[in-house]
Amino acid sequence: MKKISFILNGEKRNAYVEPNDLLVDVLREKLGMHSIKYACGRGDCGACTILLNGKGVRSCIILAIEADGQEILTVEGLSKDKLTSLQESFIDHGSFQCGFCASGMIMSATELLDKNPNPTEEEVKEGLSGNLCRCTGYTPIIDAVLDAKKRDVDKK
Amino acid sequence: MAIVHEFEYFKPERIEDVIKLLSEYKGKARLLAGGTDLVVRIKDELESPAAVIDIKGIEELKKLEFREGKLHIGALVTFTDLIDSDIVKKQFPLFWESSKTIASPGIRNRATLAGNICSGVPSLDSGPALLVYEADIIVRGAEGERVIPALNWFLGPRRTALKEEEFVREIVFSLPAKNHGGSYIKLGRYKGEDLAQVGLGILALEGNEYRLAFCAVGPVPSRAKKIEALLNGKPLTDSLLETAKRLVSEEISPITDVRATKEYRVHVAKIMLERGIRAAVERIDGNGPAYGERLI
Repeated sequence: MKKISFILNGEKRNAYVEPNDLLVDVLREKLGMHSIKYACGRGDCGACTILLNGKGVRSCIILAIEADGQEILTVEGLSKDKLTSLQESFIDHGSFQCGFCASGMIMSATELLDKNPNPTEEEVKEGLSGNLCRCTGYTPIIDAVLDAKKRDVDKK
Repeated sequence: MAIVHEFEYFKPERIEDVIKLLSEYKGKARLLAGGTDLVVRIKDELESPAAVIDIKGIEELKKLEFREGKLHIGALVTFTDLIDSDIVKKQFPLFWESSKTIASPGIRNRATLAGNICSGVPSLDSGPALLVYEADIIVRGAEGERVIPALNWFLGPRRTALKEEEFVREIVFSLPAKNHGGSYIKLGRYKGEDLAQVGLGILALEGNEYRLAFCAVGPVPSRAKKIEALLNGKPLTDSLLETAKRLVSEEISPITDVRATKEYRVHVAKIMLERGIRAAVERIDGNGPAYGERLI
């Protein structure tokens, strides 16, 4: 076992891990970050997406030990005080059905809006292209991201 | 699914330590950069390394630099780094265009060019760009460095010229001497994350000079030498393009698999050839479809 430390949702956290422990398992099982979902296990579906140093990554194909000294953001950290405009927009657009893809979708869309606050529909589709949803047909998800952008502009 | 296989984990900060570990473990160690391929293969028990050497602690491997007409891409440079680079977009637009077709942003944030070529799968989207820009791959081993031209790199599916105790330090692209335009067309089953059914990269240089390379339609990505020989030195005409399209089935040897039949791949490869050449030629003077626009 090796002790690793990282910043998780703004707080310093430690964990004891084996080299072959996956980041998704350590975050879910040891640190209680249940927003992260584990599905395909090979980086194809995006359900386990987290932000690692601000970039969307698949926690199911990253070793926990690689996170030593890094900064991680999950949905729990995103909505610490209140829901973000993006999350509100997801609710208003009915962008969840079963909800399994939602955390990953929100993390990928958060990265997209951080990088490109004014995306076109094409850019939203590209930004979410690695996140699969088997319920909604994607339309309400794309609408929610495009609308979140407007809400942020209105607030300012 | 958790990883069952157990291994040692190292995160050296110096290249010398990587070399030492590689020789210590005698082919039983694997390098880890983004891990988008390696971690999946360890999970699937296709690989069972005794040691995993994480190279992300080595600062000099993160460099992406353009100097004296050469683009130096360190082993830790990700596809997101390449896509976000103005130099890559401006000077090596075909490489930029092909990088954008790889997987999805969440994979491109981790996956590196060096890892992509070390995996060496037949469908790798970076293959055609490496072959038409005639990039060099700089590898380090116990005996020092050697330069492997990309044209000699790919030996078979998942087989490359890299020896067991060597690793890729950087990949170097040289700017073509002549003004050029390019195109990369990827045929996928849908937009977004998919492996190529056919990939075609074309570099058109001023003065009717062409370099073409296919991926996903043979055991390794390869240059289309017969088509190049036909086109070189001749002004592009409709009849010349028709002749070139007839050569496609001699250049490629696709298989039928879960993604497409070989007949379909050959058929669409011809259409891709025509659209790709036209776009590459128009782009020499800044005309034609913008880079990144889908041509198929």
